[in-house]
Amino acid sequence: MDKLVVAGKTYASRLLVGTGKYKDFDETRRAIEASGAEIVTVAIRRTNIGQNADEPSLLEVLPPSKYTILPNTAGCYTAQDAVRTLRLARELLEGRALVKLEVLGDQQSLYPNMPETLAAAKTLVAEGFQVMAYCSDDPIMAKQLEELGCVAVMPLASLIGSGMGIINPWNLQIIIDRVQVPVLVDAGIGTASDAAIAMELGCDGVLMNTAIAKAKEPVRMARAMKLAVEAGREAFLAGRMAKKPYEASASSPQSGLIQKAG
Amino acid sequence: MSAPIRITLNGAPREFPAALTFHELLDNLELAGKRLAIERNGEIVPRSTFADSRLADGDYIEVVIAVGGG
Repeated sequence: MDKLVVAGKTYASRLLVGTGKYKDFDETRRAIEASGAEIVTVAIRRTNIGQNADEPSLLEVLPPSKYTILPNTAGCYTAQDAVRTLRLARELLEGRALVKLEVLGDQQSLYPNMPETLAAAKTLVAEGFQVMAYCSDDPIMAKQLEELGCVAVMPLASLIGSGMGIINPWNLQIIIDRVQVPVLVDAGIGTASDAAIAMELGCDGVLMNTAIAKAKEPVRMARAMKLAVEAGREAFLAGRMAKKPYEASASSPQSGLIQKAG
Repeated sequence: MSAPIRITLNGAPREFPAALTFHELLDNLELAGKRLAIERNGEIVPRSTFADSRLADGDYIEVVIAVGGG
């Protein structure tokens, strides 16, 4: 069977989804079920003291017994803050070490700050974390993250939440060709074809949030993404035909055509 | 141990009549039994120490949970 392997663990689904921006927890749960995702990202935030004591928590809706919970460092702009956040996450998740590292550069672009990302990755790997690193689509940066011991590299397709799709497939291709650990496109997917293209390029998986959560019908889009990732993966494995820009080739037999009557 | 203490809890000042254990703190905040993690002055407070470890005057405490995110 063709499965995704991250840090020695096997997953049937190559679609990873975020849990932000949904209308409510019920929509979150239904969309994630429809996506078929097994790995779901969460953010770590201060609890509201003295408020909503009886409200269900996200991890009651998405139990860690059923999903692989991937805590992120969204909102962190320094290696130090990212490391602190993930230490808290590991404590919160009873020692689970798989994490999504993202260290952002500025609030407008949410583009990754790679020097800080590399510094954080080094510390986290030394502390036993299994780091999936959000990164720029720079092949050298991706390679360095791999060399530091990250279990997956996750280059952006375009800016977080932009829905602009895959802006630089050539860079992604170089990363896929040169990096041995799984390569997952993270950020920028807008619709199903974007996810399919990522998979056709040979990505090992796709991580998305806004494309599903901000669709008019998130649950339906979640299903579309599931199918797109599966279709793209199958097409990659099948091996596409060669492109022949100047040469048509009929699919029907050239012989045996009926002749003019009489 | 019975003297009042002042701490900073998730960025806001708080006073307690005594140096509570972390267990007592969570009871006080109605957070007992929730899936959360605590940091004191930048260091993780392991769950296994909640019953015995006590707040100290001037502590910076962060209590965090998992929320929706991408």
